[in-house]
Amino acid sequence: MKLDSKIPSGPLGQKWDKHKFDLKLISPANKRKFEVIVVGSGLAGGSAAATLAELGYSVKSFCYQDSPRRAHSIAAQGGINAAKNYQNDGDSVQRLFYDTIKGGDFRAREANVHRLAQVSVSIIDQCVAQGVPFAREYGGLLDNRSFGGAQVSRTFYARGQTGQQLMLGAYQALSRQIGLGTVKMYPRTEMLDLVVVDGHAKGIVVRDMVTGEISSHAADAVVLATGGYGPVFYLSTNAVGCNVTGTFRAFKKGAAFANPCYTQIHPTCIPVSGDHQSKLTLMSESLRNDGRVWVPKRKEDCAKSPGSIAEADRDYILERKYPSFGNLAPRDISSRAAKEVCDEGRGVGPGGLGVYLDFNDAIHRLGAAKIRERYGNLFDMYERITGENAYQQPMRIYPAVHYTMGGLWVDYNLMSNLPGLFVLGEANFSDHGANRLGASALMQGLADGYFILPYTIGHYFASSKQTRPKADDAEFRKVEEEVAARTKRLLSIKGKKTPRAFHRELGKLMWENCGMARSKASLELNLKRIPELREEFWNSVNVAGEAGDLNQTLEHAGRVADFLEFGELLCLDALTREESAGGHFRVEHQEEGECKRDDENFAHVAAWEFQGEGKAPLRHTEPLVYEEVHMSTRSYK
Amino acid sequence: MEKGMNLTLIVWRQKDAKSAGSFATYAARNVSPDMSFLEMLDVVNEGLALRGEEPIAFDSDCREGICGTCSCVINGVAHGGQKATTACQLHMRKFRDGDTLTIEPWRAKAFPVVKDLVVDRSSFDRIIQAGGFVSVRTGGTPDGNAIPVSKEDSDLAMDAAQCIGCGACVAACKNASAMLFVSAKVSHLGLLPQGKVEQDWRVLNMVKQMDAEGFGACTVTGSCEAVCPKEITLDNIARMNRDYGVATAKGK
Ligand SMILES: Cc1cc2nc3c(=O)[nH]c(=O)nc-3n(C[C@H](O)[C@H](O)[C@H](O)COP(=O)(O)OP(=O)(O)OC[C@H]3O[C@@H](n4cnc5c(N)ncnc54)[C@H](O)[C@@H]3O)c2cc1C
Ligand code: FES
Repeated sequence: MKLDSKIPSGPLGQKWDKHKFDLKLISPANKRKFEVIVVGSGLAGGSAAATLAELGYSVKSFCYQDSPRRAHSIAAQGGINAAKNYQNDGDSVQRLFYDTIKGGDFRAREANVHRLAQVSVSIIDQCVAQGVPFAREYGGLLDNRSFGGAQVSRTFYARGQTGQQLMLGAYQALSRQIGLGTVKMYPRTEMLDLVVVDGHAKGIVVRDMVTGEISSHAADAVVLATGGYGPVFYLSTNAVGCNVTGTFRAFKKGAAFANPCYTQIHPTCIPVSGDHQSKLTLMSESLRNDGRVWVPKRKEDCAKSPGSIAEADRDYILERKYPSFGNLAPRDISSRAAKEVCDEGRGVGPGGLGVYLDFNDAIHRLGAAKIRERYGNLFDMYERITGENAYQQPMRIYPAVHYTMGGLWVDYNLMSNLPGLFVLGEANFSDHGANRLGASALMQGLADGYFILPYTIGHYFASSKQTRPKADDAEFRKVEEEVAARTKRLLSIKGKKTPRAFHRELGKLMWENCGMARSKASLELNLKRIPELREEFWNSVNVAGEAGDLNQTLEHAGRVADFLEFGELLCLDALTREESAGGHFRVEHQEEGECKRDDENFAHVAAWEFQGEGKAPLRHTEPLVYEEVHMSTRSYK
Repeated sequence: MEKGMNLTLIVWRQKDAKSAGSFATYAARNVSPDMSFLEMLDVVNEGLALRGEEPIAFDSDCREGICGTCSCVINGVAHGGQKATTACQLHMRKFRDGDTLTIEPWRAKAFPVVKDLVVDRSSFDRIIQAGGFVSVRTGGTPDGNAIPVSKEDSDLAMDAAQCIGCGACVAACKNASAMLFVSAKVSHLGLLPQGKVEQDWRVLNMVKQMDAEGFGACTVTGSCEAVCPKEITLDNIARMNRDYGVATAKGK
């Protein structure tokens, strides 16, 4: 397999403009003849489908929810970054670029990240024009805040619901095209496989989630914007339907999967309350602007009520360890600090799996009214879930899986190694390296969909000169039969354990052995246990209901089956990356408790190629060459 | 360990859109007060599956009150009656040991039942497609700060824009009216300079589509506002009626 990143030549700051000029165009009259399948209606897929249709392409859009508006992007809270420098506080494209590269622990592709910082400014203009009600100052101009460890205020937000508002902007743009007849929308339709004809991605096989009907769609190109794979850990801040099926099926059809071990664990989530738990809830990172993270200095104090513990007996862990960033230290670092004290037995709350996030000082300084204005909705949410009032006692928080930096490998054009397959948003691997900065995923999803793919896809059409197969060609028939057979098999086992029980078990293995800290031994254990669990699944899963019907157990079973294969790939990637970087922390590779990178041997992207059932996948590498930045040690002390 | 609660569930079961439905009774045992309402249903479903019965179909995704997917009527109230709370965020500590809960789908002509508690809300999507957007293309838009927007207008727009499109307002209304949903979108866009340009056209088209979908008329009972998980207010309906009047008077 050849991994050609197709990074344009020339100085970093001019690459994208030069490339746009070099890309071939499709004339307006011809665009209509090209059909594009977009799987996913989140920020990435929704913005792409709308924009491609505006340009004149014929678009089909798919999502598993009952409406495209409900894609998981809707849940993002904090905000979206852009290098507008409206605050005149020293921000610039160059600084956003550098912060993102450094935040990613020098494991992202330089040219992609620079382009992201460049187009970030257009995203804000676009969203404002769509009617996204961003927060404003009294003078009527856009407001910003500092977010997730940035030293400038470059984050645009809409209360605590930025993702919702950006999502609705993209959904409305998409709805306009659906109304005009340029996009055909397929909600409650799940992609179950990719179809490749003569080496090019040419379509998908889907299941109608209401009738159970399995059918094919052929196109000139397939765009995957299916989001992240967080729920391989079972519990995460993702929606319960988020899955790896779209990208993993493409992997099995020849698309390389890059850096699956790069997963982000968010420090501020509500701790687990019991085995019944189906998902974890994020408490926005913005809370760390005013909340102080602490645990008791002594184990004996952990069961006491927090208010009764004297100031001198508290350990403000982030302020102590990272004096210059304090409570705003980046996510990976803050999460590990919390885990460390809980492992020492100084955690608080049920099972000792929690640390305090305390607003007492801020309430004294600013008044409860100000805190309510800033975070009222989050405090309410916390109370609904835990039954506790965070104005009166500190919140309890614990890290949880939140975002996945790994994804399908793509080149500078966002095309995978399979020609005709484009991958956008959280589903690709390209921009966040080993750790994503807060408010950068929304930016990336919209950059990919509004401003990058619409340029690059035309070049593929103009240069590849492919024909479009028919959806009843032999290859489509064959894949349909495979998909139907798999469904039948899942339903016929009639064993003793539900898909949820398997999912929970897999999640435990992943969280305990491949979560915030990973070792050779823990990963090898998983590489033994996951295949066993998978075998047990295929022998004794119980999937209730029928194939030709709305069947949520069947949907879940299919997703769990893919997670059971993908989890192994993730652990294998983590085992072979013999260094620590960003969210990937190998206990063997640390220096005073911090990540120790190995730039000499691992300054590369690892991209895995499927070799067939039961065979070990092949690891390929794309070297990361930095023309502009100097790779330094990431320190927040 | 805290001892769980025992509850009786009376749940609407309906095979598909064409079949007739009926209530079935289930026991929910040892329910933890820390569970969400939907997690309680998950646990009941696990039990049903292992006994060879078909689990109860219900919609959900984010499980944190923002995607608008979850949708059920609990003891006669859409989303279960906790103020500003969706069913997925309702927690079992709000109930008592021994309670009986009746669980039904949204009921409205424009929201046909798909299966059990799952309904088809595509009518909402079609209303948005009829005019719930600003007609701008990608690219070529002015700088984000080119048009100042007063904080007051922008805050009001945001109040309306928070609608999650769950449809509880319709389910709660005796006329199954969609006025709260439609007026929230009309208000959100109409309050902003970017959306004002097309407001006459927008309000007429969206209302026309709403009527075509079979939603009922609004008699201002306020039951929609009472169940709305995002606290969208009746002011939006008043604002939309005004905008509708203006647009009609202009003969657009
Ligand atoms: C709680 C939370 C808060 C966050 N807050 C922030 C924030 O403040 N700032 C920030 O920048 N980022 C934030 N993020 C991250 C960010 O929201 C996501 O990374 C981003 O929205 C992903 O967008 P996407 O378009 O790639 O995917 P999604 O929005 O996840 O969309 C995926 C789409 O794919 C479809 N799909 C998936 N699988 C299939 C299939 N098999 N068949 C058919 N369709 C399928 C789904 O239906 C959906 O339409 C947050 C994430 C979470 C979970
Ligand atoms: S599941 Fe998303 S709002 Fe309830």
